Amino acid sequence: MVNWIWLFFIVVSVVVAAVNGRIDAVTQAAFDGAKSGVTISFGLISIMVFWLGMMRIAEDAGVLKKMAKLLSPVVRWLFPDVPANHPAMGYIMSNLSANLFGLGNAATPMGIKAMQELQKLNPDQETATPAMCTLLALNTSSITLVPTTLIAIRMNYGSANPAEIVGTTLAATFVATGAAILADRWYRRRSGPPPANKQYTSDKTSGKALPAHTAMDPPISAVSTVKGGGDRV
Amino acid sequence: MFEWFTRVSAWLIPAIIVFIPLYAAFRKVPVYETFVEGAKDGFGTAINIIPSLVGMMVAISMFRASGAMDLMLGAVRPLFDWLSIPTEVLPLGILRPLTGAGSLAFTADLIATHGPDSMIGRIASTIQGSTDTTLYVLTVYFGAIGIRKTKYALKVGLFSDLVGFLAAIMICMYIFK
Repeated sequence: MVNWIWLFFIVVSVVVAAVNGRIDAVTQAAFDGAKSGVTISFGLISIMVFWLGMMRIAEDAGVLKKMAKLLSPVVRWLFPDVPANHPAMGYIMSNLSANLFGLGNAATPMGIKAMQELQKLNPDQETATPAMCTLLALNTSSITLVPTTLIAIRMNYGSANPAEIVGTTLAATFVATGAAILADRWYRRRSGPPPANKQYTSDKTSGKALPAHTAMDPPISAVSTVKGGGDRV
Repeated sequence: MFEWFTRVSAWLIPAIIVFIPLYAAFRKVPVYETFVEGAKDGFGTAINIIPSLVGMMVAISMFRASGAMDLMLGAVRPLFDWLSIPTEVLPLGILRPLTGAGSLAFTADLIATHGPDSMIGRIASTIQGSTDTTLYVLTVYFGAIGIRKTKYALKVGLFSDLVGFLAAIMICMYIFK
C-alpha cells in the first residue's frame, strides 16, 4: 500500500509537471524535499532526547506501572472475554499506558506480546477474536497525552506557541478513541457471542500479581524489528 | 471552553515535567542520571526517521511543485469552501491512516507552506497528533501472530480515523477562530 502511494505521488508529479511545463520546478522540489526530510528529523532530536529522558525517569519510578494499574478497571470492561488474571491483561495495560505517554517504540512490543497471549486463547488461529479487534482499535486511535513530534516540528518552523495544539489534540484523540470503542462494541454485539476461549487454566497463585511489572522491563529502546516498522513515525 | 483548552495546553507539559522527577526522587530514583541514560535513545529515534521521511518529503514536495496537488484539490474546493473548511487538509485525512511517514511529511509540508500558527497548520498538527497509522498497526499486530481474517478491525480503525479527522477540524475551527 505504502509502495503504491509513494509511486503514485512521484509518477503523477512528473507527468503533470511535463504537461504544465514545470519539469525544472519538480527537480528542484525533489532535492528541497530531501533536504527538509533531513532538517525535520534533526529538529526532532532535541525534543526526542528530552522526552525519552523524562520517560525513562517515569519508567524507573514506576509511573507507567501505576498508570497501568489505574487503567485496569477500564481494561477489564473493554475486554470482558479475557480472564482477569490472564497474562494478556498485563501486556494490554502496559501497551495502553506506553501509548498514553507517546512511547510508540515501547508500546509496539507490548502490544505484540498482548496479541500473542490473546492468540493462545483463540480457537481459530487465523481469525481475529473480538478481544484482538478491541486492542487494535485502541492502538489505531491511540490516546496520546503529549504529541511530542508535532511540537518539535512546530517549534522548528518558528511557531509562537508550539504547544498550543496539546489541548485540541487531546480533545480530538478522545473523540477518535471514543468512536473506536463504540464502533468496536457495536460490531462485537452484531457478530454474536465470542467464540469460547481455548482451554485456559488459571494460575491461582499468581492471581493478584499481573505481569504488568515484568512487562515494563524491556527498556524503551527495545524498538520492534517487525516488518513495516519504517513507516511508524 | 476556550479558556479550558488553552489552560490544558499551557499546563500539561510543565505539570508532567515537574511531577515525574519529583515523584521519582521521592521513590529514590537517581533522577538526573536516569534522565541522561534514557535520553540517549532519543537520538537514535530521531535519526531512524530520516530515510522514510526523506522519501516521503521528496514525493510530496514534487507533488505540490508539479501542480498536481492544485489539480486534485481544485475538484473538491467549492464543496470545502462552502463548508468553510480549508481544502488543503483533505489529503492529510486520506494519508493519515495509510502511511505514518507520508502523513508526517505532508503535515510538515503544510506547516512549512502556511505557517505553524495558521489555521491550516494548527488543524494539520492536531490531525497528525491525534491518531495512529491504522494500516501500519493492523499489519504489524496481526502480522506478528499470523491472523489473516481480520474481521471488522480495519473498518473500526478507519471509522475512528474519519471521526478523529472531522473532530480535529471542528475543534480547531472552534478554538482558534
